[in-house]
Amino acid sequence: MIDIAELGHFALLLAFVVSIAQGTVPLVGAARGHVPSIRLADNAAVLQFVLVAIAMAALVHAYVTSDFSVLNVFENSHSKKPMLYKVTGVWGNHEGSLLLWAFMLTLFGAMVALFGRNLPETFRARVLSVQGLVGVGFLAFMVFTSNPFTRIDPAPLEGNGLNPILQDPGLAFHPPFLYAGYVGISIAFSFAVAALIEGRVPPSWARWVRPWTLAAWAMLTIGITGGSYWAYYELGWGGFWFWDPVENASLMPWLAATALLHSAIVVEKRDTLKSWTILLAIVAFSLSLLGTFLVRSGVLTSVHAFANDPTRGFFILVFLLAVTGGALALYAVRAPALKPGGLFQTVSREGALVLNNLLLATATATVLLGTLYPLILDVVGGAKVSVGPPYYNSTFMPLMVPLLVALGIGPLLPWKRGDLAGVLGRLKFVAAATALVAVLVFWLMAGGPLLSLIAFVFAFFLAGSVIVEVLERVQYRRLGLAGAVRRLFTLPRGAIGMALAHMGVAVSVFGIAAATGFSEEHLGIMKVGDTVEIAGYELTFRGVETVPGPNYTAARGRFEVAGVGIMSPETRRFQTPPMETTEAAIHPTVLGDLYVVVGEQTGPGHAVRIYWKPFVMWIWAGGLLMAAGGFFSLSDRRLRVGAPVRRAAAQPQAAE
Amino acid sequence: MTPRKRRRLMIGIAGLACLGAAAALVLSSLGDQLVFFLSPTEIVAKAPPPNQRIRIGGLVEQGSVTRSEDGTTVAFNITDLNTSVHVTYRGILPALFREGQGVVAEGHRQPDGSVQAAEVLAKHDETYMPKEVVDALKASGRWKEGDPLPTGPHPGTEAGVTQ
Repeated sequence: MIDIAELGHFALLLAFVVSIAQGTVPLVGAARGHVPSIRLADNAAVLQFVLVAIAMAALVHAYVTSDFSVLNVFENSHSKKPMLYKVTGVWGNHEGSLLLWAFMLTLFGAMVALFGRNLPETFRARVLSVQGLVGVGFLAFMVFTSNPFTRIDPAPLEGNGLNPILQDPGLAFHPPFLYAGYVGISIAFSFAVAALIEGRVPPSWARWVRPWTLAAWAMLTIGITGGSYWAYYELGWGGFWFWDPVENASLMPWLAATALLHSAIVVEKRDTLKSWTILLAIVAFSLSLLGTFLVRSGVLTSVHAFANDPTRGFFILVFLLAVTGGALALYAVRAPALKPGGLFQTVSREGALVLNNLLLATATATVLLGTLYPLILDVVGGAKVSVGPPYYNSTFMPLMVPLLVALGIGPLLPWKRGDLAGVLGRLKFVAAATALVAVLVFWLMAGGPLLSLIAFVFAFFLAGSVIVEVLERVQYRRLGLAGAVRRLFTLPRGAIGMALAHMGVAVSVFGIAAATGFSEEHLGIMKVGDTVEIAGYELTFRGVETVPGPNYTAARGRFEVAGVGIMSPETRRFQTPPMETTEAAIHPTVLGDLYVVVGEQTGPGHAVRIYWKPFVMWIWAGGLLMAAGGFFSLSDRRLRVGAPVRRAAAQPQAAE
Repeated sequence: MTPRKRRRLMIGIAGLACLGAAAALVLSSLGDQLVFFLSPTEIVAKAPPPNQRIRIGGLVEQGSVTRSEDGTTVAFNITDLNTSVHVTYRGILPALFREGQGVVAEGHRQPDGSVQAAEVLAKHDETYMPKEVVDALKASGRWKEGDPLPTGPHPGTEAGVTQ
């Protein structure tokens, strides 16, 4: 009988060998013009994907059948674990999550090989080769330091179980989306490095890089949004963002990818900013790798840090330095050779996008500094410090204010050269309405936190200017309502996607400002029959009962809420591993969430925490809106990968 | 000046302005918004001023947990097995808060030498201790990596309590 886990192990080793071939042969072949070597790239990319997919399937099989002879399964699974968590538990640990990483990486490589037929053959070979080299790094890391197929003999009868915090449906989608985003940026990176090797940016470059970046960005957005929502309902604190280094590790690539997305538009439309865009692609992927390093090396203490093995951290650090250093060195040598394209004036769509890029890059840098500063200080033997929300509130937040303003004005500016006064004239109604709302908000909410009130004003302004932009595009004034609606359906999807995504930003900012500035909280011991009033809701405590779960016992509280019904928060006690989790009861509404957590028995009653979080759902709704905008743009025919539009070289137009 | 040069100059100026603003923001924040991690011994020795936000890590001293009348305020001692520091906290403790287990509290040192915590963190499982706690215990010289945690009354804590 063939042992499935051994088969997976074998496939993984083969994939490693194939990746070495993919990373070297086509690169040399492309340099020498040796056609068979160039053609090897496509087959190698597909083969590598098939092999990694077999390894992934074998590991899933080992988890599903609870094969405890595999060390990784023994350490992270349990035969009594529900099936959903047996499958998702595959990536709920260090080795398995790396395999998921490699799976995504090779999947994207195979997709370039299969759907990238309209790319010049040599260029495609170089892209796949760079992708192969990244694969070499990851597969070597797995094979030599974190092999998911390591066996133990004799096989134990029972496994250690999965960290209960991770036993949540969130595990099914949060890591895959996040990884698809991280790894999707690797395509932009491979394209950038291949373009640097060729010494020119072919016309198809931006047409390719933009949809890939857009897809990766949209998935990263969903991953981060989902992670934030998961933390909100699982950790029991009612918070949605903690500025934890691990969260920053995902935020930094997101910020860089957002910048890349926008500068790639300029490359595509105006054939300029090429060198900067290539640099951004390198930086964005390096930040993804840095995130992996921070999360996986064990230098941080967090629920995400699975590995505590210093050799692993060292390996990723060396890999990170090789990738970033190599790419940047290549950039330094080759970038000056890239021909600059069309010109533009400072006040123009391009100018606004440059400003967007500068602000995003600066914001990324402040987050990076805050994340790394404690590590650096620790290494040089200074004090042990941590950088918390106050740092980010006073560095990151102020940078977001001009970004929101630029976001409102930029889309109204024409390419090449614009007229700021004219745009402000078109926005005068929005500005007046915003000012009016601002006065109203300040008057109604007098005494509220200033930062939240300011954020409200900018969110309203942004939402208003997005609406103005859409109305102008559909020529509402000229065509009237019926004509405008008809025109809306004929708009390019990219334009609608942009409006959706920008509206998403406004919605999120509004939600964040409302939920952080105006939440209410009740904390105390409640006895059976006690009633608490918060934000117009009346909660009566009806006691706590013990309820058995599939692999835990829950202490379930009962709260009668007038007009809502019963809310039942739980504290779950798991046996393997012995640990407790809190499951908040949440009554979500458009206007805000009622959030109840029940704690342990304390004296005569139970410790209870009740929150009112106004408009908190808007934070994630905005995130989903941004991702929806990304996917909508992606469906634009212009961007469809492999669409048979063969545009001639983008025509750089001189701006006289 | 050619248009290209002018554009470069404008982008350069905007870039420098962005970086300058960011540098100013970062420097002013890193100056006074860092949270310092200190062991109980260091807190007693260094006596950080009340406006300095600090993190204190160690074990929850056996038998030290008390609650106020209404149950919303908890007081306990955090010890590194040499010195303990009195900590008060208003709020619900994390599920894994136990006497004798590792804990990290973040807050401000009061003039009386106790620490008023704004946050208590214990979001790890029972076999795992926060890195800061491990470091604090090692520094006290009373515990080595791999040793079991003391279960009885903690040694050396009777005299060291700061009130």
